[in-house]
Amino acid sequence: MADLRTNFVGIRSPNPFWLASAPPTDKEYNIRRAFEAGWGGVVWKTLGEDPPVVNVSSRYGSLDYNGTRMIGLNNIELISDRPLATNIAEIKSVKRDYPDRAVVVSLMVPCVEESWKAILPIVEETGADGIELNFGCPHGMSERNMGAAVGQVPEYVEMVTRWCKQNTRMPVIVKLTPNITNILMPARAALRGGADAVSLINTIQSVIGVDLDLMAPMPTVDGKGTHGGYCGPAVKPIALRMIGDIARDPELARLPISGIGGIGSWRDAAEFLAMGASTLQVCTAAMHYGFRIVEDMADGLSAWMDQKGYATIDDVTGRAIERFVPWNQLNMKFNTIAKIDQDACIKCGLCHIACEDTSHQAIAKTRVDGERHYEVIDAECVGCNLCAHVCPVSDCITMQPQPVDGVLTWPEHPNNPARVAVES
Amino acid sequence: MPQGPDIAPGRLTDAELALNFSDAHPPLTHAQAVVEADRCFYCYDAPCIEACPTGIDIPRFIRAIATDNMAGSARVILESNILGGSCARVCPTEILCEQKCVHNTREEGQPIRIGMLQRHATDWQMEHGGQPFTRAPSTGKRVAIVGAGPAGLACAHRLAMHGHDVMIFDRHALAGGLNEYGVAAYKLADDFAQREVDFLLAIGGISFAGSEVLGRDMTVAGLRREYDAVFLAVGLAGVRSLGIEGEDLDGVMDAVDFIEGLRSTSKQTVPVGRRVVVIGGGNTAVDAAVQARRLGADEVTLVYRRGAENMSATPVEREWAQTNGVTVRLWASPVRLVARDGALAGIEFARGAKGADGRATYDAQDTFIQEADMVLKAVGQTFLPDPLNGESIAIAGGRIVVDENGETTMPGVYAGGDCTPGEDLTVAAVRDGRNAAEAIHAAFTAAVAK
Repeated sequence: MADLRTNFVGIRSPNPFWLASAPPTDKEYNIRRAFEAGWGGVVWKTLGEDPPVVNVSSRYGSLDYNGTRMIGLNNIELISDRPLATNIAEIKSVKRDYPDRAVVVSLMVPCVEESWKAILPIVEETGADGIELNFGCPHGMSERNMGAAVGQVPEYVEMVTRWCKQNTRMPVIVKLTPNITNILMPARAALRGGADAVSLINTIQSVIGVDLDLMAPMPTVDGKGTHGGYCGPAVKPIALRMIGDIARDPELARLPISGIGGIGSWRDAAEFLAMGASTLQVCTAAMHYGFRIVEDMADGLSAWMDQKGYATIDDVTGRAIERFVPWNQLNMKFNTIAKIDQDACIKCGLCHIACEDTSHQAIAKTRVDGERHYEVIDAECVGCNLCAHVCPVSDCITMQPQPVDGVLTWPEHPNNPARVAVES
Repeated sequence: MPQGPDIAPGRLTDAELALNFSDAHPPLTHAQAVVEADRCFYCYDAPCIEACPTGIDIPRFIRAIATDNMAGSARVILESNILGGSCARVCPTEILCEQKCVHNTREEGQPIRIGMLQRHATDWQMEHGGQPFTRAPSTGKRVAIVGAGPAGLACAHRLAMHGHDVMIFDRHALAGGLNEYGVAAYKLADDFAQREVDFLLAIGGISFAGSEVLGRDMTVAGLRREYDAVFLAVGLAGVRSLGIEGEDLDGVMDAVDFIEGLRSTSKQTVPVGRRVVVIGGGNTAVDAAVQARRLGADEVTLVYRRGAENMSATPVEREWAQTNGVTVRLWASPVRLVARDGALAGIEFARGAKGADGRATYDAQDTFIQEADMVLKAVGQTFLPDPLNGESIAIAGGRIVVDENGETTMPGVYAGGDCTPGEDLTVAAVRDGRNAAEAIHAAFTAAVAK
């Protein structure tokens, strides 16, 4: 039975599944329910200075696709809108009753040292296990020079991180915004400031859709909309890439990562671990289905680890990183060709039309004994995988790697004007 | 007092009859339709299209439902099949589009419910959008159509779209043909046939004259002289008889007359036997049997002379009969109608079996009597050529001969639907009418170009 316990920069939790700082972690009531459901930890919804912020009514917008709800979610909610003292008292109460769970407190105060110096001891006194600096909130707070407004300036990231490290004994996790060009810049700045770890990604600036009757972006507040923060299953690819970028960076290689962004199943969790995360934060999936989803996440991850022979979370973390390479390192001699399992084929024609209209005209449409028949033209197939992706039948179209004759990367490729001469 | 057969109207209350003859398959809600539409793979060169006699672009109309483009969805259906609403209700989709759905090969054979989705889209159009097509400028050409069933109506609508003026004649008082007089009431509930006729005629340029009988009130040659073209869609006006003793007894009637009677009047006034025997294995037999049950007959037995696999009613229809309490008896051939004191008492059948050569053989010595107050004959309808006597219109195999354009051997006279060879399906009749209209239009256009 795999050991799911984690020790993340000294913060221990019975499993790697934490609830991210977000609406589900706003109150003691919710968090007690989460811990009863089996969550390993929580990052308490961001605390700020009093007086608390005010949140608007109408807060979320959903991206639905072909009948599936909430493949993406955006929100225009700000940080906790409850008095600091209320949150502090509840954090203390929860941590006292659940000493084995991770309780991390998300913080966002103005970008002056006094503000951070003032709040840190108050949080420390609750017995919380660590703090997470919210440098990521992309809406509302960033207009007040907090959140993403800090996270987008590496110098500020470094500065605030340093203030925190100098003023608390608690581990400091820096939460990074994806609304930047190169995630390595703020990550390195966090490291320079002394961060114990980073967490990413925060939400992505977004307009989820437009209400075509009101002619206003959604969600609408009294007829008007604003951009929000995007999360949910649709952002997972963006998160995986940014986490992988940090995990494979030589300078950042030992910086622990708490992975966030569309995690909704044990498989997502395993992928985030493989790309370098060592704990996982979840929000949208819990908001969609309730806290019970952690049961299958933990159970499924454990079963998969047992099957693969991974004993601990550390055994999985970063497993895929040595194979996450720049494009330049891909072997241009490799060739893979689509193969259609004719017995499994249901004759929907989607592979043909996808290839014919938008790819390489490598799937012929014919009739055999009057029946529709689709056949790959091997010589035309470039191995793009599109047909396999559009096929509605699992494993009907498989990609068949061809024998490879050595390795040739772009730097040595004859077509590369700047190629590196290969020694003979 | 001699006891006649127990045949009486009003066996059920008005409320029971209203329920029994309401929509057999209630429509999908919009939410249900969207869920179903989202299941469609949107196949390319889709097999379902090929299986539809009118060639509706099924994946496209389903996708339009999924994207909530209801007017677009309906238009895709109606531009191929202007009677898409009734076809959605009466088509045996299980042997047409839905049989070819690629989903049959997975998910334990759950095809997309194409018929129900088609109904959803066309209902939306009739409720919200009205007639979606407009007439081209008038050409001054006049076409006479004989028969206001699906073939005649489809032909009329397409001709009207092209700007021609159309006159439709029908022997019945109302337009609609089998949709109005021949199909089971619960398949086209809520007066759907007339609503669809009204919807279709709203394009304009089409006149209808009811109670006009070919051969009595007009001749093809006369119409041909008066009009620029003629389309014959006279259907199958004849019925086969059993050719056995006792067929003229009271209580023995043709199933089509029984159905027409109950489609034309209040259900409360339609007489039905307490014990009904229906002879035949087609959809008419099933429609008669189920409707007899729903009128309140105690026992309805559908007797077919061969095996289930030989029935022209689909397995879905057969199950429908059985779930409606109809007893289905196979391999029994009628020998004679049995009279008692001069009144119908039952019908005697010879038991049969499939012979070594695959043909049915019946043992004249091995018979049984099925007690009956009413016997409905549904052993086939035939084309009655009499109204065409003396015309130069060739008839072969009991149907009007037409070429690939639907033109008969009499120039300028076209024919389609059940009176011509091919499958006797509503949707095939619509195709025939539409295609004949296009051929007539092409002939007009070619003549002008000369």
